[in-house]
Amino acid sequence: MLSLTLREVSLALREGRISPTELCRKCLNRIKKTQHLNAYITVTEELALKQAQEAETRLLQGAPKGPLDGIPFAVKDNFCTENIKTTCSSKMLKDYTPPYNATVVQKLLDQGAVLMGKTNMDEFAMGSGSTDGAFGPVRNPWSYAASYIEQTGATPDSDWVITGGSSGGSAAAVASLTSYLALGSDTGGSTRNPAALCGVVALKPTYGLLSRHGLIPLVNSMDVPGIMTRSVSDAAIILGILQGLDTRDSTTVPAPSSPTELPQDFDIKNVRIGIPKEYHAPGLSEETLAQWSHVADMFEKAGAHVEQVSLPHTQHSIVCYHVLCHAEVASNMARFDGLEYGHRSKVDSSTESMYASTRHEGFNDVVRGRILSGNYFLLQQNYEHYFVKAQKVRRLIAEDFKHVFSSGIDVLLTPSTLTDAARYTDFSQEDNRTRSAQEDVFTQPVNMAGLPAVSVPTALSRRGLPIGLQLIGPAFQDRKLLSVAQWIEQRVGFPSIADFGDSSESRIEAGVTQREQTSAV
Amino acid sequence: MSVFGFTAGRTWSGVSQKIIQPSLKTTKDRYCVSNVVNLHRRGNNRLSTHTTNATRLFSSQTHNPKVPRVATWEAVPEDQLPQPAQIPADLVDKLERLALVDFRTKQGLDCLEKAIRFADQLHVVDTSGVKPMDSVLEDRALYLREDAVQEGDCAEELLQLSQNTVEEYFVAPPGNIPLPKREERTAMLKHSEF
Repeated sequence: MLSLTLREVSLALREGRISPTELCRKCLNRIKKTQHLNAYITVTEELALKQAQEAETRLLQGAPKGPLDGIPFAVKDNFCTENIKTTCSSKMLKDYTPPYNATVVQKLLDQGAVLMGKTNMDEFAMGSGSTDGAFGPVRNPWSYAASYIEQTGATPDSDWVITGGSSGGSAAAVASLTSYLALGSDTGGSTRNPAALCGVVALKPTYGLLSRHGLIPLVNSMDVPGIMTRSVSDAAIILGILQGLDTRDSTTVPAPSSPTELPQDFDIKNVRIGIPKEYHAPGLSEETLAQWSHVADMFEKAGAHVEQVSLPHTQHSIVCYHVLCHAEVASNMARFDGLEYGHRSKVDSSTESMYASTRHEGFNDVVRGRILSGNYFLLQQNYEHYFVKAQKVRRLIAEDFKHVFSSGIDVLLTPSTLTDAARYTDFSQEDNRTRSAQEDVFTQPVNMAGLPAVSVPTALSRRGLPIGLQLIGPAFQDRKLLSVAQWIEQRVGFPSIADFGDSSESRIEAGVTQREQTSAV
Repeated sequence: MSVFGFTAGRTWSGVSQKIIQPSLKTTKDRYCVSNVVNLHRRGNNRLSTHTTNATRLFSSQTHNPKVPRVATWEAVPEDQLPQPAQIPADLVDKLERLALVDFRTKQGLDCLEKAIRFADQLHVVDTSGVKPMDSVLEDRALYLREDAVQEGDCAEELLQLSQNTVEEYFVAPPGNIPLPKREERTAMLKHSEF
């Protein structure tokens, strides 16, 4: 039951094969058994059971609120949740309890979905491993799957692999079968990267389609809420529910009028698929390359037009992203001063001293480093040279995409990440900035241009770990993009983690830091 | 040495090489792949109608000619970049005052120097005549609501989030006092660990 897709479990609930409270208890049990993954910062057990009870009453009366009524979901801990701690995985917000819900969270609750908890991440979403948060790193559920253990002879407790990030907790929650969907946030690839490494589907919708109200901002001009599910059609259902104008976010736009439900037999014939030649970056693994080539073959054999295209500014995108991200971070993080909310230092000799020590105590090295370099790029003498220069390069990157799509290309096919998931011990050899510059190479260009992109798992690597590919579409063509993604999904037959034994379930805590299971009010 | 060469070199030594063993078609591989297919057929009926054959993924030697076989990025030679930025002591002080965070250690400063060096690669891109881009929604009019209060009356709720308030005010320590000098600052921060 736990390994079903959202659509399947929704049907099971409606047909009375399982009740919402039963399903909720199963998920809560599963969360307890997979605690070593460190996927959740807060588990909202009491609230979840209460919501499940309410859903049960509605279902018994034959009046469910919609397809999500009674379905467990998880939310990255940078979306505000009313009366539930929202930490951004930072000491700065360790005890912050927002008085309101983010719009996207509220929309899911309004549909009767059951909140299981808040998921772990890199501090303030700055990272690509989910290894740099105040609550410790997240472990990839595939570290405990028989496929990985048997292929590599690994001992999961020392050889576990990272989830990717920054929404690693959300990806792990969906992949380890504790939630049927999860919200992530995507500024430079933070939902697609962990989804690819954890073998789940991630949609980064067109900028402006989903409200950012209540999402604690990283880079306002690029942030979007991301959707993580076990199937493409599930992502389409959630997109349909979440999209649309929000009066609380002036950067939202009305949703296209077409339905988001996907056609089951999408005709791939005559669809024009672009292979951007710049998406073979240094460090791309042989296996990911082979997958990319294999899926291109599949398209060709089915009658799609596959052609090589060029997005000439791609390799500069990660540099441009780096400057714009740090500049906006410097500005966004200015709100954390200890006065109105969040951590406040005991130092009280002056306002400035209190600010400086609060921020010294509250932020980790990664966040402080980005604030400092952001301030450097924004200095009067550097503003044109770095910040405005990066904004100009941003336009070139956006125009590259525009040219390709106006030449008739429908979707672009690229890798999602360079390789499958790295072992934590290997990944942590390099600093956060170096890792982000490597891991986000294929994902951040679409954030620059505001385009929709989806990562679909296509196969397991020789190490028994997931590999994902990315599809990119023109702005507001999210549905068509998902239709193509579903076409791939139907043909690659990516396995469920449940097929590889439940070693993570039977595993008993062994020297892993246990965190208190918080039950929210 | 080139900057991209540097990054790529790290990638290879850090992740890829250790991970990707170029041994095709070992017994283990076949075992794994057929295993996937079988399990998939058993456990996942909804997909099996479309599934072709997962074994082909690893045994196939053919490469689609439209997918570039080797990395296409061009290395940025060091001599095309501006001189590495110098961060004099007074600039360090200025940045710490503006940012209200400290570098903490020499490592913090190294990190800034690396971040600047990475950003310097922007200057190989010709942007003459290009307008800076602030927002991807620049081509449309965005929704503006009426300039009238729509919600509010939540002062109590918001004040509760603060650690120090008096009546309806947030309380700050004495203002208009500049941050202490660098040495004193370091001492102050040393005593304030969370």
